[in-house]
Amino acid sequence: MEFFRSHVLICGGTGCHSSGSADVMETFKTELAKNNLENEIKLVQTGCFGLCEVGPVVIVYPEGAFYSRITSDDVPRIVSEHLLKGRIVTDLLYHDSIHEDEIIKSLNEVGFYKKQERLALRNCGVIDPERIEEYIAFDGYKALGKALLEMTPEQTIDVIKASGLRGRGGAGFPTGLKWEFTAKAQGDKKYVCCNADEGDPGAFMDRSVLEGDPHSVLEAMTIAGYAVGSDQGYIYVRAEYPIAVNRLTIAIGQARESGLLGKNIFGTDFSFDIELRLGAGAFVCGEETALIASIEGKRGEPRPRPPFPAVKGVFGKPTLLNNVETYANIPQIILNGPEWFRSIGTEKSKGTKVFALGGKINNTGLVEVPMGTTLREIIYEIGGGIPKGKKFKAAQTGGPSGGCIPADHLDTPIDYDSLAQIGSMMGSGGLIVMDQDNCMVDIARFFLDFTVDESCGKCPPCRIGTKRMLEILDRITKGQGEEGDIEKLEELGKNIKSSALCGLGQTAPNPVLSTIHYFRDEYEAHIRDKKCTAGVCQALLQITILPEPCRGCGLCKKACPVDAISGERKSPHTIDQSKCIKCGACLEKCPFKAIVKG
Amino acid sequence: MKSLKELEEIKQRTLDSVNLRKDRSGGTRVVVGMATCGIAAGARPVLLAFLEEVKKRNLGDVTVSQTGCIGVCRLEPMVEITCPGEEKVTYVSMTADKVRRIVAEHLVNGQVVTEYTIGAAE
Ligand SMILES: Cc1cc2nc3c(=O)[nH]c(=O)nc-3n(C[C@H](O)[C@H](O)[C@H](O)COP(=O)(O)O)c2cc1C
Ligand code: SF4
Ligand code: SF4
Ligand code: FES
Ligand code: FES
Repeated sequence: MEFFRSHVLICGGTGCHSSGSADVMETFKTELAKNNLENEIKLVQTGCFGLCEVGPVVIVYPEGAFYSRITSDDVPRIVSEHLLKGRIVTDLLYHDSIHEDEIIKSLNEVGFYKKQERLALRNCGVIDPERIEEYIAFDGYKALGKALLEMTPEQTIDVIKASGLRGRGGAGFPTGLKWEFTAKAQGDKKYVCCNADEGDPGAFMDRSVLEGDPHSVLEAMTIAGYAVGSDQGYIYVRAEYPIAVNRLTIAIGQARESGLLGKNIFGTDFSFDIELRLGAGAFVCGEETALIASIEGKRGEPRPRPPFPAVKGVFGKPTLLNNVETYANIPQIILNGPEWFRSIGTEKSKGTKVFALGGKINNTGLVEVPMGTTLREIIYEIGGGIPKGKKFKAAQTGGPSGGCIPADHLDTPIDYDSLAQIGSMMGSGGLIVMDQDNCMVDIARFFLDFTVDESCGKCPPCRIGTKRMLEILDRITKGQGEEGDIEKLEELGKNIKSSALCGLGQTAPNPVLSTIHYFRDEYEAHIRDKKCTAGVCQALLQITILPEPCRGCGLCKKACPVDAISGERKSPHTIDQSKCIKCGACLEKCPFKAIVKG
Repeated sequence: MKSLKELEEIKQRTLDSVNLRKDRSGGTRVVVGMATCGIAAGARPVLLAFLEEVKKRNLGDVTVSQTGCIGVCRLEPMVEITCPGEEKVTYVSMTADKVRRIVAEHLVNGQVVTEYTIGAAE
């Protein structure tokens, strides 16, 4: 038996990777060797811990010491103090992970983790995703064994149906029903696909699951294959996720070697294999019919439904398509039973949801909470609130297809139906927090700009309609808005929603419509008063000098790159608005705070 | 993979090596005093002897960790052992040979080696 007295877990997720975790790993290796500790201390590269913002993250067990923002320079100290002498290097610990008396908290006492419940992310940051044995040690592939050896395909589907699991890719369709449709569809060949396209800007839930726990997806797809009668799976993953692609490739190789993919799995006559398909990263390829076309090697363009993929999917055959996070829930539902899963969440939304928390929030990162958790809990308890004590204005869920949630709805329990009711949507899990400094018109413009870019151009409502909407928004943010613009946006939006071919076009107007709904006054201020109260829309900004505090020191005049400021020494200066380019240089220079923007 | 049994074997084989990563209260804890005085007095060989014995005897559910100065520097190296549901036992003036006996008698058979404890030394 190998026995290590201590495990050093180093995050190898994309976030920590880009902040330098590979170097940290290397330095640990050399430092351990230098101190002759290689046989006592095990280095483990894991997936994302969720707190990517403070990465690279390193956790040392058995103490559970949570080190954050670790650079190679910090490593010798951790090795010589903590690993050699047992003295935790408190000044390198994550700030919220020690009590005042310097005793370290266990991870689930840390504010960020306290309200979280990790089902889909259960193994992320715990196991080494490149070793199948570690996945197995945490009950991996046991659900597959149970399904194959103790359950019929129908029973397997019944369990998923009874669990109440709904798709995590956006639409929230009941997963068990989808399995049943595919199982009942006629076909000599069927396919099981995994949607790992994750096109929502700012979302990285699926990437983290693939990087931190790839086997959970492989196991779930194999169970699905058994349930619907398929022997071939495809994972459609974007090529921009190199770490995820690499871990998946390793995982598939190990599963094949262990006989968990391939012929006669668990000695039964069921066989299943999985291949990767790399996507080029177009948002529309996340739409199911476009994704299927892309897997077939065709152009990633949507087609009308019906027929649905369950009837006619990849190569015209019945195809089951689920999202990464949907799959990640499956093995535990099989193992723990549907009642267990139903006990988590709300009436119509069971289980948990993973969110990528971003924007104006202290703890940017990945969080997983039971359905029904309120936005307030996510933002203020898990997310640690808004930086610099600023005021919450709205949160955007559902990315470019979703909408915003204003402050009055902070206590809405987050699940599929309540979000839809307030004009937003669950989407795949992007959650962007905005404060008083965000302009809602600008936010709407940002998302629409994204969809206009990503529209495949096949149908005119989406190709042309969204472009028209964007032009109007552009004008409004430039101070050229006109009376009637808001109504025009609303009408265009409604028309596009009802006439576009696929989900991309059908949801593209949502960010605009929901910001108009909740922040109509902001749109009006832009159009009528030519004012952007948040101070974001450059064209509407006015930089002015207040005559009282201005002492006429002339410092602003020197700072101005375009000579827009004039005035005699010792008397109040003024800015020529026609020349001013709103660079803000003068603002910083004035020692008397006489220059203001607004 | 042919059977659940085979899967279970892989699980058991790996479990001990990943167990450490769960927050846990159960299990036997061995803590070696490793402050400067402890290291000078030979705490490293003591720690290594524990690791070797635990490994050799396949003892799951044991964590071996270190701590700073336990307080009685003249009796270093010191080791504290806490078995589930029992009082902490403190051993003093430890050597690698004493470790072997303690692992065999205390960790495996539950018999405290009284003559090495701090009570006997005082
Ligand atoms: C424009 C567009 C983009 C989409 N992008 C994704 C995506 O990146 N990942 C995903 O899982 N589903 C995405 N979907 C939803 C899929 O079409 C499909 O509903 C989902 O993958 C089904 O899996 P589920 O039932 O497990 O959620 C997208 C839909 C549209 C219309
Ligand atoms: S709605 Fe947009 S993305 Fe979808 S098919 Fe039409 S043009 Fe393409
Ligand atoms: S904002 Fe820039 S351009 Fe305008 S007055 Fe100040 S320094 Fe000049
Ligand atoms: S990538 Fe390291 S914590 Fe997320
Ligand atoms: S171009 Fe296709 S309907 Fe007009």
